[in-house]
Amino acid sequence: MNTAVLRTEFRLFRREPGAVFWIFLFPTLLLVILGSIPSFREADESLGGLRPVDAYVPIAVLIALIMSGVQSLPQVLTGHRERGILRRMRLTPVRPSALLSAQMAVQGTVALASALLALAVGRLAFDVTLPEQPAGYLLALLLATASALALGSVVSALSRTTKIAGAIGSAVFFPMMFCAGVWLPVQAMPHTLARVVQLTPFGAAARALGEAAAGHWPGWGHLGVLAVWTLLLTGAASRWFRWE
Amino acid sequence: MSVIEVSELRKSYGGRTVVDGVSFTVDEGEIFGILGPNGAGKTTTVECVEGLRVPDAGRVRVTGLDPIADHEQVARVLGAQLQQSELQPKLTVREALELYACFYPNPADWRPLAERLGLTAKLGTRFGKLSGGQRQRLFIALALIGNPRAVVLDELTTGLDPRARRDTWELIEDVRESGVTVLLVTHFMEEAQRLCDRIAVIDKGRVAALDTPAGLIRRSAGATVISFTPSAPLDDHDLTSLPAIASIERKDGRITLSGTDETVNAVITLLARHRVTAHQLRVTDATLDDAFLDLTKEAAA
Repeated sequence: MNTAVLRTEFRLFRREPGAVFWIFLFPTLLLVILGSIPSFREADESLGGLRPVDAYVPIAVLIALIMSGVQSLPQVLTGHRERGILRRMRLTPVRPSALLSAQMAVQGTVALASALLALAVGRLAFDVTLPEQPAGYLLALLLATASALALGSVVSALSRTTKIAGAIGSAVFFPMMFCAGVWLPVQAMPHTLARVVQLTPFGAAARALGEAAAGHWPGWGHLGVLAVWTLLLTGAASRWFRWE
Repeated sequence: MSVIEVSELRKSYGGRTVVDGVSFTVDEGEIFGILGPNGAGKTTTVECVEGLRVPDAGRVRVTGLDPIADHEQVARVLGAQLQQSELQPKLTVREALELYACFYPNPADWRPLAERLGLTAKLGTRFGKLSGGQRQRLFIALALIGNPRAVVLDELTTGLDPRARRDTWELIEDVRESGVTVLLVTHFMEEAQRLCDRIAVIDKGRVAALDTPAGLIRRSAGATVISFTPSAPLDDHDLTSLPAIASIERKDGRITLSGTDETVNAVITLLARHRVTAHQLRVTDATLDDAFLDLTKEAAA
């Protein structure tokens, strides 16, 4: 990791109002909108007695990860390659991998900051209790971030142009949003569907975060699913990624 | 002492040979040109020098180092500007200079460098808003920012207007004055003739000729061009039997011959013998352009 590259990529990220909005502000904004609906603040049987707004805090956190990993990261990486920026860096003593790792660090950090914002707003505005198992929550969050970034790297590795990256990103985006429980929280899904969804990275992440929020240590099964996805996707990305 | 050494370099893509046994050495402090038509293998050759491509065969050394195995050390002594590359569109000129300066152990101060390249007024401008000429100047600055011993400049002036092109030439001469060896890839004859100490003409992946610009012109068949409008028609046979004649062209009653000094004397004798007056007689040295066409034509045959 080269700190000058990291500083530059972070500065450039702040110059992209679209990315700042969708990754950092949108998840919390969605939480605020949903939390403003009175029925979302009443306990729900199908969510095991939780209020929908309680269930939507981890979902908002996952939306931030999906936005950064699947939408933003592949666009930036593919754009850097398409414009020959990676190639130009190969002529310097610093390897272009510094640019990739810096970009991942930036996207991951902003997504985590967005998660913190969602937790804070949930707590302050809607009285959502903070995760009762913070260590387990943090572990699940970090694993989920790693798998989101790995997924984004695979999208970028498979896309020759930013247009293709955008198309693949969108194709992956909606199923991932569904698995994270944006339309229907995973706990409320029919049993068979929930079992399948829990095998996807964001489905497993949703369950792990939900468990840690309720005070339990997240199930090793869910953490294991996240770890396996992260390894597989990282392996695929490093195998297929091209510098030019 | 040679700064860049290329010997018997070969590279092919998917069975198509692009570079086929190219050899040359670039001496310390010279401007060495690589000249050739599009697709001749010029860029692939310098990409092997830069370490961007792995040669299939042959040896490449930059200050005695292997650009692939010793990539990092080579990157410290060799600056380069690529034919097609960009920077992050929202990165400003100042930020780009500061960032790239951080990559090198002993960078040049970017302020005087920006001043010399006329970028001072553009320091706050984002890369995406720069004109083609300004981008080129920024890339030259980035190639020089690590205080390199040699720079590779690939098709530097392509797409520049004549004014900007001339400014860039002066700049390259300045760069050499400051002790940096220059490897210049171009397809502009005028540029090569004006700047280069020596030129390798590359055609179809091979070195067709390697000499000084004057030497290339002298060694080509039609080094001297004679043109005139004769007062009476001349017989074709008389022209073709002139000594050292390389080419004959007739257009609108005007005859243009190319050959050597010997041809000039023989033409004058011929005209006197037939009592023909030569109107608007011009004798000129051929340009590198003519030499280049002659050299690459030979290679094709």
